Amino acid sequence: MRPIATTRSATGIPTGRLAVWWVIASEIVIFGGLLGSYIMHRIGHPEFGGYAAHTNTVAGAFNTFVLLTSSLSAVLAHKAAEAKDGPKAFKFLWLTFLGGLVFLTVKSFEWHHEISEGFTITRNAFWSFYYCAAGLHACHIIGGMIIMAIISFDVKQNKELQRVELIGLYWHFVDVVWIFLFPLLYIAK
Amino acid sequence: MSTSAGAAEHAHEHAQHPEHSHEGGHDAGHHEGHDHGSFWSTYVFSVDHKMIAKQYMFTGMLMGLIGGFFSYVFRMQLAYPGFHVPGFGVVSPGEYNALITNHGTIMIFWLAMPVLIAAFGNYLIPLMLGCDDMVFPRINRLSYQIFLISALVLIASWFVPGGGFGGAWTAYPPLSAKSQYNLTPLGSTMWVLAVGLEFVAFLLGGINFVTTAMNSRAPGMKMFDIPMVVWMIVIASILFMGSVGPLVAGAVMLVFDQTIGTGFFDPVRGGDPILWQHLFWFFGHPEVYVVLLPAVGIVAEIITVFSRKKLFAYKTVLYTALGTGVLSFFVWAHHQFVAGIDPRMANVFTATTVLISIPIAEMMFVYVATLYGGSIRLATPMLWALAFIGEFIIGGVTGIFLGSSGSDIYFHDTYFVLAHFHYTFVPIAVIAVFAGVTYWYPKMFGRMLNETLGKIHFWGTVIPFNGIFIPLFITGMGGDHRRIYNYNNFPDLARPDLQHMRQFATVSLLVLLAFQIPFFINFFLSMKKGRLAGNNPWQANTLEWQTVSPPPHGNFAELPNCYRGPYEYSAPDRESDYWPQNEPS
Repeated sequence: MRPIATTRSATGIPTGRLAVWWVIASEIVIFGGLLGSYIMHRIGHPEFGGYAAHTNTVAGAFNTFVLLTSSLSAVLAHKAAEAKDGPKAFKFLWLTFLGGLVFLTVKSFEWHHEISEGFTITRNAFWSFYYCAAGLHACHIIGGMIIMAIISFDVKQNKELQRVELIGLYWHFVDVVWIFLFPLLYIAK
Repeated sequence: MSTSAGAAEHAHEHAQHPEHSHEGGHDAGHHEGHDHGSFWSTYVFSVDHKMIAKQYMFTGMLMGLIGGFFSYVFRMQLAYPGFHVPGFGVVSPGEYNALITNHGTIMIFWLAMPVLIAAFGNYLIPLMLGCDDMVFPRINRLSYQIFLISALVLIASWFVPGGGFGGAWTAYPPLSAKSQYNLTPLGSTMWVLAVGLEFVAFLLGGINFVTTAMNSRAPGMKMFDIPMVVWMIVIASILFMGSVGPLVAGAVMLVFDQTIGTGFFDPVRGGDPILWQHLFWFFGHPEVYVVLLPAVGIVAEIITVFSRKKLFAYKTVLYTALGTGVLSFFVWAHHQFVAGIDPRMANVFTATTVLISIPIAEMMFVYVATLYGGSIRLATPMLWALAFIGEFIIGGVTGIFLGSSGSDIYFHDTYFVLAHFHYTFVPIAVIAVFAGVTYWYPKMFGRMLNETLGKIHFWGTVIPFNGIFIPLFITGMGGDHRRIYNYNNFPDLARPDLQHMRQFATVSLLVLLAFQIPFFINFFLSMKKGRLAGNNPWQANTLEWQTVSPPPHGNFAELPNCYRGPYEYSAPDRESDYWPQNEPS
């Protein structure tokens, strides 16, 4: 049973949405700290550009496309949920899930290739940042996919439809993080 | 250590029984029947914010006892090098380092944070806002469970091969990053893991606090009707959320440096050890205000009630707290004046650091103005609140010397620094906590504490506290370096003429620790034998006093409406000198 506190809304913003925004705010600072550190190092070490040349820009660009497309399906899921169409939202949630899966698959091929060429996480500070930042981002993708899978079954039965919007907000955030990671790690040579 | 831990656990069990016996009588709340779960669902897996608050409070107090015991051991070593410390034995250099490291870590992350923010936040926010619980009770429970695991990981780290981490609570690399330097391969990683888990717990808790305060206020409660302590805990939670992220990232980097051999902090491989100092202090300095603000909020509640006056300049306190919060993000590099940062940057950070004393000073003036002309009653909570103001000012004023980059070059890493931050942290984590505990105890347990024992405990804590740290200011100015196991090993540092002051500090600590016994006797005895408190023993206005003590699950028989601000004391044209927030006018 939900406490009465949960149902109140002094700000006019539903409690769940408000909380997700605060989650995103704290996540921004985590990625901000990591990327800020990377940028400071990148400025201090011009040789990072040479290391970045070994990353696979085409695979990165493809992944960017996949992730942006999955954000579109997250929006469509939200639209279906707004229209109280649980089964349709269910389908779009799993389409978003599929986008995450493709992203992770491409990423694992990339990493496998790079590691086999000797560019491991311990090679130097650039590769340490590369694997750390992309790895932390991948963990967020995995987390988002798990949450989506869990909530999808309630949504299918038209229950807790507001959760589609909440996971969508998070998914867009993860997407935006990648928009920063891709140029910083792949393109800036 | 095992004896003190055992005693506190025993005490913990005692603490729960009276609570249980009360619950039967007060089931007027609208979640009737919910309370009568098993032992596990009532005490261990409870989702009730008041039980979670008590869990945080008792865990924090237990950890505080361990931290206090550690300080006793290393102070004995400093006063009497090589002495066989009763209850511990002869302290080895590695043990000394582990003791000071874990003392600092515990007192900040496992005492100040859980008690000031989590325990008081959990207890007070729903009650003071007039609602039945936090907005996310299960996330609240998860927050405590993660916190408990973090404490267990920290405790376990002292018993692994190599012993506990000894690289100081600031964990600067390369000492913290390489096991061939710190000699604690397992202990150092478990330390980082424990701190990281603790951060997760407080992020979850913080989101709950902020969301609850934003959305779940009683009908009619406007922004400026919120009690100051709630504001302060919310601002502190936001500060924590805004500052901890880079250190979370830094902790991941440090664990990778320790375990898989990355080179984030290793200059040979393109890393930078100063990077950690930036990440750490970007969090570490706002953290000072994260724990200070709730303490300031507690003091605001108490001085208004015990001087029967409206808080002088409510909005000023609020805006200065917000200003302090913003400024606190721009002072961190004053910890690095001697670490090799650009001297031009040092000037900037000197200016911001000295600037931040203005809003804090303003708050202290506001409190003095609140006291002025009030009918002051020196009950135990009030004594603690007044002591907070007096002692914290000493901490604040000595900070000016350290915030100025010129004088800091001399004072850096001396006992002057140590005495300075203990004059800020002890008022926060000890004095304000005792103020809060003695003030809200009647609400939490339904009975009054004994005033005589309370006053013995008060004077027996505050006087020796000054006895510990005033001599350390002097030894610090005399050049005593921090984090030295035995001065006799360093002829250049020895200063045998200062030894009597080191001993005086240690003896004062022993006195202080001994005077905690009356507190624990009072605390646990009063749960059964104390005078019944009634709903509102202090005749306070805020909503938590307008329900039964202790409040049932669901808090209020009928959720209150709010009609006015929290500090309407001694209003003219009224017979009684207080005016509860929920009383229709």
